[in-house]
Amino acid sequence: MNSIYNLLQNKSKDNLSIYFTAGYPGLNDTAKVIQELSKSKVDFIEVGLPYSDPLADGPTIQESSQKALQNGINLDIVFEQLVQLKTTNKTPLVLMGYLNQLLKYGEEKFCQKVIDCGIDTLILPDLPMVEYENHYKSLFDSYGINNVFLITPQTTVERILKIDSYTKSFIYMVASSAITGAKGEISQEQIDYFNRVNSLKLKSKLIIGFGISDHQTFSKACEYSNGAIIGSAFINYLGENGTENIDGFIKTIKSDY
Amino acid sequence: MKSKFHPDKNGYFGQFGGAFVPELLFPNVKELEDNYIQIIESEEFQQEYKSLLKDYVGRPSPLYLAKRLSEKYGGHIYLKREDLNHTGAHKINNTIGQVLIAKKLGKTKIIAETGAGQHGVATATVCALMGLDCTVFMGEKDIVRQAPNVARMKMLGAKVVPATSGSKTLKDATNEAIRYWIQHPETFYMIGSVVGPHPHPDMVARLQAVISEEIQWQLKEKTGKTSPDTIIACVGGGSNAAGAFYHFMDDENVELIAVEAAGLGVNSGESAATSQLGEVGIIHGSKTILMQDDFGQIMEPYSISAGLDYPGVGPLHAFLYETNRAIFMNATDQEALTAAYELTKIEGIIPALETAHALAVLPKLNIKKDQVIVINLSGRGDKDLETFIKHLD
Repeated sequence: MNSIYNLLQNKSKDNLSIYFTAGYPGLNDTAKVIQELSKSKVDFIEVGLPYSDPLADGPTIQESSQKALQNGINLDIVFEQLVQLKTTNKTPLVLMGYLNQLLKYGEEKFCQKVIDCGIDTLILPDLPMVEYENHYKSLFDSYGINNVFLITPQTTVERILKIDSYTKSFIYMVASSAITGAKGEISQEQIDYFNRVNSLKLKSKLIIGFGISDHQTFSKACEYSNGAIIGSAFINYLGENGTENIDGFIKTIKSDY
Repeated sequence: MKSKFHPDKNGYFGQFGGAFVPELLFPNVKELEDNYIQIIESEEFQQEYKSLLKDYVGRPSPLYLAKRLSEKYGGHIYLKREDLNHTGAHKINNTIGQVLIAKKLGKTKIIAETGAGQHGVATATVCALMGLDCTVFMGEKDIVRQAPNVARMKMLGAKVVPATSGSKTLKDATNEAIRYWIQHPETFYMIGSVVGPHPHPDMVARLQAVISEEIQWQLKEKTGKTSPDTIIACVGGGSNAAGAFYHFMDDENVELIAVEAAGLGVNSGESAATSQLGEVGIIHGSKTILMQDDFGQIMEPYSISAGLDYPGVGPLHAFLYETNRAIFMNATDQEALTAAYELTKIEGIIPALETAHALAVLPKLNIKKDQVIVINLSGRGDKDLETFIKHLD
C-alpha cells in the first residue's frame, strides 16, 4: 500500500499533489499521466473519477470530466487502468469522486476495488460528516480506507476538531469559499484563515487546495501547511499540451527539485 | 401534528432525503435548517405570507367543478385553479414564502434555477416586489426554447445567466445555481421545487401546502366533506403535487395519484418517468430516485414539457412511491397534448403542458359515479402556445 499516511509522516513540508481526471485528455492516458507525474517526483496524485454532475468543481474540471466521459471512461475502466499500475507505481494515489458513483457501483464492491488498486484514501466532497458518522465510517474502517474531509473558512472550530479526530491521512483545507479553479494569488484573508487553523495544533496534516495554480501560490500555501494540491491549472496544461512534457509543467511549480 | 411524511431530524423521509452538500455549503444549509420552521410558524410570517397570497397572488384559488369533464369521465371532477395565480402557476406560493424567509435571515441577494421559466418568473417577481437583487440560472437550451419567460424575467429586473455545462437544461441550471451559491455564501438560494438538500424539500412543501389547506375547506363548502376520494397532480420535481397532497397524506382514504412525463414512452429512451426508470441515487444534495446509468452518471430526461424533464424526483415523492402511499402513473407527450386540447375545448381552460399530464390519466382511471376527484391545475398554458399551435394538426 502506497500510503499517504506514511508519506506525510516522513515528509512534513512542501508536499506537491497534482489532480487530474481519469481518462483525460485521452481514454488511455490515465497510466501515462500517473507515470509522468511520478517521474517528476510529485508527492501524491489525486485521480478524479469523471462524473456527470460534479457540484464542487469549476468549469475546467467539469469540462475535463465531460470529455473523459465522452471518451468512454467508466469506473470499471478506471479501476482496470489503476490496478495495472499497482506493482510499478510508487507514488501514493488518492481517489476523488462523488458519492453517487460509490452508491450505484455498490459500496462494498467500490471499496474492494479501491483497495485492490493499492489505494487507501478517498475524497468525496459531497459526503457530509453526519452521513460519515452514521454509516460510512464503519464501512471505510472495515476496508482500511481513509476519508479526507474538507474544511473551509466557514467551518467552525468545533467541527474542525471533530474532523481532526476522524482523520488518518490529511485534512483538505479549502483555500477559499470557492469551487475549484486557478485563482492567481493568496489573500491576507486566506492567510489569516490558515493561521487560525494552524493555531488549533491539529494532529492531522493539512493540505491546501482550490486556487493553487503556480510556483508562487504553491510556495505560499506550503508556508501554512504540509503541502498543496494543484488541479485546474494542470488540467488546463493537459488540455493544451496533451501528455507531453508534464515534467516541464511540474518544474514551473517546484523549481527546487 | 406529527406525520410519517415529515422528515426526521436529518431530513430523511424513510431512506430518502438528507443533505449531501459539500462542506462549503454546510453553514448555509445549517442556517436555514436552524431557522425555517420557527420563521414559517411565526405569527409575523404567517400574517405577511397570507396577506400577500390574498392581495398579491389572488388566493384562495378557486376550486372549480368541471361539469363537462365530469360528464365525460364520470365522478365529480374538481379543478384546483392554481393557473389563476399571479404569474400563472403554483410556483409563486413558494417564492412569496421564501422571499419572506430570506428577508428575515437578512439576505439581500437571491439566486434561483429555472427550467421552463415559471419558477424564474415567480422568483424575479417577488424580488421586484421586495427590491432584492435577483439572478436566475437557466439552461442555454431552455433560454432559446422559452424566450418569452426570459424576457419577462429581464423586464422584472432579474439577471438571467445561461447554464452552458452538461445538457444545458434544468439539471445543469440547478448545478450552476449551487456552484454560484458555494462561491457566494451570502446569497439565498430560492429553490423552485421540493428537491435539493434538507431543509429545502420540506420548506417548499410547507409553502405549497396552502393548496391542500384550501382544498379542504373549499370541498367542505361544496360537498360537505373535507376530503376528496382522489387527488391527481403532475410530478417533475414535485412541488405542486406536494402542495396538493400535503394535508391528505396521512388520510389513507384519499387516493394520491402522481403523474410523471413519459415523453415518447416510458421505455423509448426519451422519457422523464423517474419512478419507473430510476434507482436510488443522489442528485442536487438529496438521496432520491434518480435516472442514472450503471456507473451512477445522471441521465438526461426528456419530455415535451420543460417543467417535467428532471432526472430525479423530490425525496418526499420517492418515499410516497416506495411506500405505495401514492400511485405513480405517467402520460406521454401525445397524451398530454390531447388532454390539453380537450380541456380547452370542453371547459375553456388552456392548461400548462405540465398540468396536461395530470389531466391525461383521466381516460385510464376506472372512475366511480360518486367519486370526488381533485386535479391540481398547476399552471396555465400561455407559455406553451407555440407548442400547442405547432401540434394542432
